[in-house]
Amino acid sequence: MAISVDAPNVSRNLCAKAGYTFTLLSDPNAEVIRKYDLLHVGAGTNGQDIARPAEFLVDSSGVVRWLNLTEDIRVRARPEQMMEASKALH
Amino acid sequence: METRRTNWSIWAGFLLSVVAAASYFLLFARFPTTRDVPWVNFLLFGLAAGLLGLGLRRAFVNHLVYRGKVAGPVLAVASIAIFGLFSFAIFVAAKRLPASQDTPHVGQKAPEFRLEDTAGRLVALSDLLSTPLFSGRVPKGVLLVFYRGYW
Repeated sequence: MAISVDAPNVSRNLCAKAGYTFTLLSDPNAEVIRKYDLLHVGAGTNGQDIARPAEFLVDSSGVVRWLNLTEDIRVRARPEQMMEASKALH
Repeated sequence: METRRTNWSIWAGFLLSVVAAASYFLLFARFPTTRDVPWVNFLLFGLAAGLLGLGLRRAFVNHLVYRGKVAGPVLAVASIAIFGLFSFAIFVAAKRLPASQDTPHVGQKAPEFRLEDTAGRLVALSDLLSTPLFSGRVPKGVLLVFYRGYW
């Protein structure tokens, strides 16, 4: 599941274009992004506040089991890393 | 009348350095193997430097045959500036990130939230963790991916 400041219709277009089947959630006021302390102030193309990239694996009891907090916006967790991390869930 | 030959390698070198920078954002940033370390782009910058070096050599050493005494240094400086900006974007600007000290760590509870999905339905983290999957089983977990978005 992916979260950004994009409005639902922007995410809908992205889903349609890219063929994503996972849930995309909209956090236009960055409330949840702030709650997770991931706000990157003024980093949008027009100076908007956006999320810094981050990935969390949450287990069924709601506890974080793995996370990737990149130090470089270009470098994100790769699918195989996330698959490997998810093997620890049971 | 000008009879010396056009110093094409200077122009090719400059054009290649423009391509080296632009192709990262337009193409190579899409694939992790060429994005995380922009080796293709540095290779192109290397070729551009070779062409510019050859062009400058022709303009100054072989100046009776080739043109480019003005265009050579101007385009070489412009290419170095492009390389500098590209390197800054990759090695400095991309690493300017907030501290995020209070982000949930491994072993901590992921803060509950409720947000709209693409259909306008409100989705809570607790719903995602407790709603049975197609198989009828409760999910083992949820992967939360925060991304910059397209605004």
